[in-house]
Amino acid sequence: MDSISLIGMASIITAGITIAIGSVGPALGEGRSVAKALSSIAQQPDEAGTITRTLFVGLAMIESTAIYCFVISMILIFANPFWDQVIAK
Amino acid sequence: MDPMSLKQISPDAVILWKWGFFSINLTMVFTWAVMALLVLVSWLVTRNLSTGTKISRWQNLLEVLVNAMRNQIREVSQSEPDFYLPFIGTMFLFIAVSNFLAMIPGYVPPTGSLSTTAALAICVFIAVPAFGILEQGVGGYLKHYIQPTVFMLPFHVIGELSRTLALAVRLFGNIMSGTKIVAILLAITPLLFPIVMQALGLLTGIIQAYIFAILAMVYIASGTRARKEKEDTEKEQEKADRSNKLQKKGENNG
Repeated sequence: MDSISLIGMASIITAGITIAIGSVGPALGEGRSVAKALSSIAQQPDEAGTITRTLFVGLAMIESTAIYCFVISMILIFANPFWDQVIAK
Repeated sequence: MDPMSLKQISPDAVILWKWGFFSINLTMVFTWAVMALLVLVSWLVTRNLSTGTKISRWQNLLEVLVNAMRNQIREVSQSEPDFYLPFIGTMFLFIAVSNFLAMIPGYVPPTGSLSTTAALAICVFIAVPAFGILEQGVGGYLKHYIQPTVFMLPFHVIGELSRTLALAVRLFGNIMSGTKIVAILLAITPLLFPIVMQALGLLTGIIQAYIFAILAMVYIASGTRARKEKEDTEKEQEKADRSNKLQKKGENNG
């Protein structure tokens, strides 16, 4: 196998695995936090504003790990430096 | 039609004009367009403000916006919002408008480029010590780096750096993913499905602007609040001590 197909295969497979594994953890975490927030809003509807704001900030924090994985896989597919170097040769 | 091809990951790569060392890319053009729009609208609206019961629609819009921002800042920082409003409000308005205009065809949000988001995150990185020093002086601010013990110093420094990186990459990743997904869907299933994702992108854009502003406010508040809380608890303790002494005196006298 020459280096073009090797690099192409490695980048595509790694991009898929990255987004697949990287989205599992944040999805579980966001589900847990939303469930907790919903039950606490049901218990204390007066505090809904504070709970919602904290929930959004927390969701953004949790989500950023998935976003990191997404950025990595996007770079692997669309802006791969190794691929560009191989193609330029 | 679309100024950015599928292969290009950020509008930085689209160079419109080049002369020697200088080059103008799509990000700069749209950043200046958003800034010009914001300045123009605010100038036009604030030209004739009225304090009476009859106000224009645009003044109503701006009042609602500024009031909402003031309330949010007041709730997060637990202090008067006017000190923080110019910085936080500008951040929020710029990000929100530049994400919101994404429904105009041919427009690429400048927040979908890592250079813009890094610049915004560096503004927050500098604003945290700036507000901290303005509130409590150089010594008072620097003291919170060694707050529990001196050994916490490297962790504080790493924390400041990593949260700046997280701010930049979070905004960039969200907006870039929105535009990229719409571009990919346009190639696979055109006409209807990309519109749904575009609507979702509008929602994410506004939420990300809100989150960026709130996180900046939380970071600034955490840099300024530590000392205030300490002073408050000391005052309360003094009060409690005094009342205890008075009580004891009363008991002795009685």
